[in-house]
Amino acid sequence: MWLDPSNPQLNKNGELHHLLTLEGLPAGIMWQILDTAKSFVGVTQREVKKVPLLRGKAVFNLFFEPSTRTRTTFEIAAKRLSADVINLAINISSATKGESVLDTVANLAAMQADMFIVRHASSGAPYLIAKHVAPEIHVINAGDGRHAHPTQGLLDMFTIRHYKKDFSSLKVAVVGDVLHSRVARSHIHALTTLGCPEIRVVAPKTLLPKAVETLGVHVYHDMRQGLKDVDVVMMLRLQNERMQSALLASAQEFYKYYGLTADKLALAKSDAIVLHPGPMNRGVEIDSSVADGGQSVILPQVTFGIAIRMAVMSIVAGN
Amino acid sequence: MPGQPLPDAEQLLQALIEKMRPEAGPQTGLIGIHTGGVWLAERLHQALQLAVPLGSLDVSFYRDDYEKIGLHKDVKRSDIPFDVEGRQLILVDDVLYTGRTIRAAMNELFDYGRPASIQLAALVDRGGRELPIAAQFVGAEIQVDPQQGIELKRGESGRLSLVFYTQGA
Repeated sequence: MWLDPSNPQLNKNGELHHLLTLEGLPAGIMWQILDTAKSFVGVTQREVKKVPLLRGKAVFNLFFEPSTRTRTTFEIAAKRLSADVINLAINISSATKGESVLDTVANLAAMQADMFIVRHASSGAPYLIAKHVAPEIHVINAGDGRHAHPTQGLLDMFTIRHYKKDFSSLKVAVVGDVLHSRVARSHIHALTTLGCPEIRVVAPKTLLPKAVETLGVHVYHDMRQGLKDVDVVMMLRLQNERMQSALLASAQEFYKYYGLTADKLALAKSDAIVLHPGPMNRGVEIDSSVADGGQSVILPQVTFGIAIRMAVMSIVAGN
Repeated sequence: MPGQPLPDAEQLLQALIEKMRPEAGPQTGLIGIHTGGVWLAERLHQALQLAVPLGSLDVSFYRDDYEKIGLHKDVKRSDIPFDVEGRQLILVDDVLYTGRTIRAAMNELFDYGRPASIQLAALVDRGGRELPIAAQFVGAEIQVDPQQGIELKRGESGRLSLVFYTQGA
């Protein structure tokens, strides 16, 4: 077995072989990814925005669930590393003919894939794939169910570091549908590992996982209290499909209590930044004046996402 | 321990400055290769009173040993604060050995533009070339056992010195 059985994303030398989750990812590797991404930001500002690291490698974007931003930025990142990229939207492909995930992957591996970028509605699907691929193949989780979205977590850490320099004195609020959010889980694990002293989650009881406090976060049900004096506001997307369930009265009701408006944001520090992983529901979790305002770093997040994905791909492919 | 002591880096640097002085004009772009080459380039830039700001390169994204040993752990950001297109450039490195680092640096430079020319300055040339690359400005040529690594160190006062290290350690 070439992988560490206690942490299947690391090889036996403790190096990153797959990226599946930020939970339990050693701080040294997290900082290495953030530092490497900084160097890639430099590359993306040049005349020629490509480096030759993954020349001759085939990267398969394997999306069993729709995505625009994540899939596109992974594609751009792979192309800037000089890899060949193959995009597969599986919901309109073999899955509809009854082929299993592992059969799909085995067939693609036979086409000499070097890396799989996996998005799947089921938590754990990337682990299953990572367990079954040949040792020279790398798997990167691009979002699995409610479980994890590690590159989103990393790009948000990169964004915070870019504007705030240092995590050791920050107050960060994660606001919205924490219960269904793989992004929120990745945020909490990453912020904890990087030494953020105060992580708050702000949400109604119905949208918080049970025993969320055991992750070391402070829970607020009142957004005005939760945003008081924070340095960073991380908004989550309210998933429209949750509206059908009994968890929420209505989108209007949610906006009234948990939508980020200019007057609620005024309670945070005056230089606080606002993040959102996209896609945004304007007028549901965030007001347009905030989303497009001076404290919003939502579009820089997207740009930094390319550099983070370049860093992750070039680190795993070299190990 | 090696039998032959290494030369004094500060003396070699002075020799290098005098060799480069007639060649480095006001529009010359000086580019140091991380990390030792950047320290040297900073000193050269000051001594030669060059008008164009100093550039630095970390060649990790262009190295030919990536497939074998992976990405370097501590990649610095390359920074070329001037237009490379049509300019006379001088690359600066501490130890010239196989030439592979210089090959990587030239590949990276061409992704910024097409320079008029590239010259190479090295504090020491230890021979052992694996590629057809030569330096135009050299502080000293030295003979060292192939097992020995040499690197540049910078003390707290900024003083530069050459030291041995055991390769593979």
